[in-house]
Amino acid sequence: MEDDAPVIYGLEFQARALTPQTAETDAIRFLVGTQSLKYDNQIHIIDFDDENNIINKNVLLHQVGEIWHISASPADRGVLATCYNRTSDSKVLTCAAVWRMPKELESGSHESPDDSSSTAQTLELLCHLDNTAHGNMACVVWEPMGDGKKIISLADNHILLWDLQESSSQAVLASSASLEGKGQLKFTSGRWSPHHNCTQVATANDTTLRGWDTRSMSQIYCIENAHGQLVRDLDFNPNKQYYLASCGDDCKVKFWDTRNVTEPVKTLEEHSHWVWNVRYNHSHDQLVLTGSSDSRVILSNMVSISSEPFGHLVDDDDISDQEDHRSEEKSKEPLQDNVIATYEEHEDSVYAVDWSSADPWLFASLSYDGRLVINRVPRALKYHILL
Amino acid sequence: MAAAAAAGPSPGSGPGDSPEGPEGEAPERRRKAHGMLYYGLSEGEAAGRPAGPDPLDPTDLNGAHFDPEVYLDKLRRECPLAQLMDSETDMVRQIRALDSDMQTLVYENYNKFISATDTIRKMKNDFRKMEDEMDRLATNMAVITDFSARISATLQDRHERITKLAGVHALLRKLQFLFELPSRLTKCVELGAYGQAVRYQGRAQAVLQQYQHLPSFRAIQDDCQVITARLAQQLRQRFREGGSGAPEQAECVELLLALGEPAEELCEEFLAHARGRLEKELRSLEAELGPSPPAPDVLEFTDRGGSGFVGGLCQVAAAYQELFAAQGPAGAEKLAAFARELGSRYFALVERRLAQEQGGGDNSLLVRALDRFHRRLRAPGALLAAAGLADAATEIVERVARERLGHHLQGLRAAFLGCLTDVRQALAAPRVAGKEGPGLAELLANVASSILSHIKASLAAVHLFTAKEVSFSNKPYFRGEFCSQGVREGLIVGFIRSMCQTAQSFCDSPGEKGGATPPALLLLLSRLCLDYETATISYILTLTDEQFLVQDQFPVTPVSTLCAEARETARRLLTHYVKVQGLVISQMLRKSVETRDWLSTLEPRNVRAVMKRVVEDTTAIDVQVGLLYEEGVRKAQSSDSSKRTFSVYSSSRQQGRYAPSYTPSAPMDTNLLSNIQKLFSERIDVFSPVEFNKVSVLTGIIKISLKTLLECVRLRTFGRFGLQQVQVDCHFLQLYLWRFVADEELVHLLLDEVVASAALRCPDPVPMEPSVVEVICERG
Repeated sequence: MEDDAPVIYGLEFQARALTPQTAETDAIRFLVGTQSLKYDNQIHIIDFDDENNIINKNVLLHQVGEIWHISASPADRGVLATCYNRTSDSKVLTCAAVWRMPKELESGSHESPDDSSSTAQTLELLCHLDNTAHGNMACVVWEPMGDGKKIISLADNHILLWDLQESSSQAVLASSASLEGKGQLKFTSGRWSPHHNCTQVATANDTTLRGWDTRSMSQIYCIENAHGQLVRDLDFNPNKQYYLASCGDDCKVKFWDTRNVTEPVKTLEEHSHWVWNVRYNHSHDQLVLTGSSDSRVILSNMVSISSEPFGHLVDDDDISDQEDHRSEEKSKEPLQDNVIATYEEHEDSVYAVDWSSADPWLFASLSYDGRLVINRVPRALKYHILL
Repeated sequence: MAAAAAAGPSPGSGPGDSPEGPEGEAPERRRKAHGMLYYGLSEGEAAGRPAGPDPLDPTDLNGAHFDPEVYLDKLRRECPLAQLMDSETDMVRQIRALDSDMQTLVYENYNKFISATDTIRKMKNDFRKMEDEMDRLATNMAVITDFSARISATLQDRHERITKLAGVHALLRKLQFLFELPSRLTKCVELGAYGQAVRYQGRAQAVLQQYQHLPSFRAIQDDCQVITARLAQQLRQRFREGGSGAPEQAECVELLLALGEPAEELCEEFLAHARGRLEKELRSLEAELGPSPPAPDVLEFTDRGGSGFVGGLCQVAAAYQELFAAQGPAGAEKLAAFARELGSRYFALVERRLAQEQGGGDNSLLVRALDRFHRRLRAPGALLAAAGLADAATEIVERVARERLGHHLQGLRAAFLGCLTDVRQALAAPRVAGKEGPGLAELLANVASSILSHIKASLAAVHLFTAKEVSFSNKPYFRGEFCSQGVREGLIVGFIRSMCQTAQSFCDSPGEKGGATPPALLLLLSRLCLDYETATISYILTLTDEQFLVQDQFPVTPVSTLCAEARETARRLLTHYVKVQGLVISQMLRKSVETRDWLSTLEPRNVRAVMKRVVEDTTAIDVQVGLLYEEGVRKAQSSDSSKRTFSVYSSSRQQGRYAPSYTPSAPMDTNLLSNIQKLFSERIDVFSPVEFNKVSVLTGIIKISLKTLLECVRLRTFGRFGLQQVQVDCHFLQLYLWRFVADEELVHLLLDEVVASAALRCPDPVPMEPSVVEVICERG
């Protein structure tokens, strides 16, 4: 069966920030933040109509500065957080803020995309995450399962836990921890684990991965020299609580079991340049997506270390079909870890990739030149996993 | 002489033939000539004159065809009278002389005839006398025969009586022997002449048995039995004490057997005694092993074991088989079990001793020891085929050989690691000022030759096992499996594989950051592996195959597979080298970009020092790689085109790319332009695999470095002067880096992109005049 062609959308500006609208579980929607030093920056709300293969977009102005990182609240479709550069007095400072988009855009617009005339709407500022004492914000992550009241931000060598109060209009620093050591330590990236009641956060700085307990704000594990060079990103396996993936400038993607930090469980070396992003599929954790500055996006099938190493397990109510399943299972067993597909639609470095929160078989990737590509998992594989 | 010749045929032509002139003389001459012919003489010789030119000349006096008429005619015609007269007298004189000669001869012969006749007559008389005497002799002989017959007849009677008397005498002697037997036996026993006693007993036994119904014999028999019992007891006693050596014991047993003792029991006892002795040998051997051995060398040990234990075992076995042959298969089985048990203990000891030898390096001694060991055990092997000692010995030898192979493999690995350590030290050694680093090529040659010599030494050492004079070399294991699986696969192929693995492990080392492995070592190893791929592997394997005539059906690793592995290793090492070196430069560039405050930087006056450093390092790497790898291929455009290309780059193209960014046109254009440009340029694979040449390596390193620069630039925000500084830096790099790469277009592209990105990251992009950039770069 033929796979659908990728859908490509071009932004006018350079862009690095991409996130699915996490709280939205029906419509396929991505948020993209642009980087421009000379013009007003924008947040593009990109709606993908799966049936008609059409993209609808809405543009929000983000006037405070170029967006380096964007993340959407898992509880409220209209709330998102950005990290942005503010240039003043020949100084660049990266700040973070929580925003609310206009109500009518929350669930997307279904107008025809002839909005060249339509004036871009503006975001409503909910609150700033005050970082005057802490330095540049590297990223903001939401508590994945919560009510959207807790966020963590990484600023230079500080890890800050914020409580959003009064319908997010106020951010109170609940607790913080900081990294001490030689030289200038700087967090590059962080993720909040969906396991353990959302009490764990993992961060990356230089070549090290660290795990933190959000209750005590203390370090719980540390993987020194996780990568040969800078660690760019990490992600938790949504189904296996001790597993996480990391990627970095050594072109490798490594999979870790946090109970044994001396050796990676698995290492992939498919990219030919720095890997900037790694993402587990939210439901089928054998599917791992990586984006790299070699302009490629690679979808890998890591069956052997996934939560379904022998394929989809038979449910009890399928007893009638059990025989069929058995035979199928056997044919599935020899499934090897492999690269499913390499996507080469980008012509510049890919700095962000992410899965849709609504459709587990769909993902978006964003390259620096502002090209957003929406791709699907190959159908053959999809059915293979499902059946 | 002429006279003597004439004597035979013509005795008759005697004195009466008076010469009546030349005419009358003629037939005589002819006859004479004919006589001479008869004696096979030529006329010339006979006449004592030189032969005339023509033997048929009728005028030659002595010729065969002499014709008197012709001669006379000739004389008459040719000679004057006086001469004629002379010849006439001469001839007459000659004739007279001849006649007198002839007469003398006749007289002499006549005398001889007379004496011969006399002799014959005398002989006739003598024969007649002899005949008479013969007759007399015959009659005498007949008389003698007659007498002799008569004497024989007379003596016949006496002779028979004498024979009978002799028989009686013998019988009496035997009887006497029997009657004396008890005392004799006692005496023998007292004297300790057991053999004699047993022989007597044996001789008497049957007779006594036969005649035991006679009371007198019965008594003797009883006496004898008592004595024999005592004898047997004494023998047993002696046998049990066992102090004496194996031959004596064997004798005892033999005697006891002869006395009819139960063989079964004796056999047990015999073996028990033999065991005692052999165990003593084993204990003494074990003592030599000891907890803290003053270890005699292994050769001595096996010698001692061979002569002591194996010799003893041989003796025992030989004696046993001789003594208890009657026992049949059960007895043989017993002996085999005995030999097996003791043999296994002996083997255990030998193995312990050999195990002590494993660490040692001297193969020849070991092989000699094994050879003796094995050779020794072949003797009882023939004797005790059922015990399988020879097989067990062969097995031990095989095991030792295998272990030796393992040991050598370890040795080779250690040698390789040692070489690497040496190289590391050489690389790490502080450089002498003025001396341009350690000679990589030299180091490489050292390493290669040292490894090769180690391999050869190992092969030579292992080869001892298959030497012709070694007793076990013709065993199937040593002819087949040892050569192919052991030496070729296990040792050589194993070593090459492990070498590749060791080398590859440098690629996987976690020391990517600190660079635990010096890059030069990576480079050197890569070259080493490549050399192996091209030549050394096939050389070594050919050498091995020649030395060890591999002749069995085991599949062996083909040369091509190994070569492929080596090549892969070389490629990985080189790729890793590129990565490591690229990383070093990348780090420099990254730090330089990340730590600088680009917004508030001053107007550029100089190329930043770090760029110079990058160029310096790249040059150093270029030199380093050049020591080991060939130049490689560049794209055609090159050499002096740099200036020209750069001017294009800095003016038109650069301008073209900046234009949209600082003229307030639609932002779309930027993307459009850069996208269009990208359409025409190939995608750059940054960490792409490298080829085995200098240009490719350098290209890889530079690609990595510049890509890093690009990514870092994109993460920063630049002020106007920051942008200009980047411009200057990039121009500088452009000036110096093109010469290292295969395709200088690549450098242009990447640097273009760096500058373009910096421009995008600049809120106030005012590029520097290209001419100014050039001036700064040339100055710096």
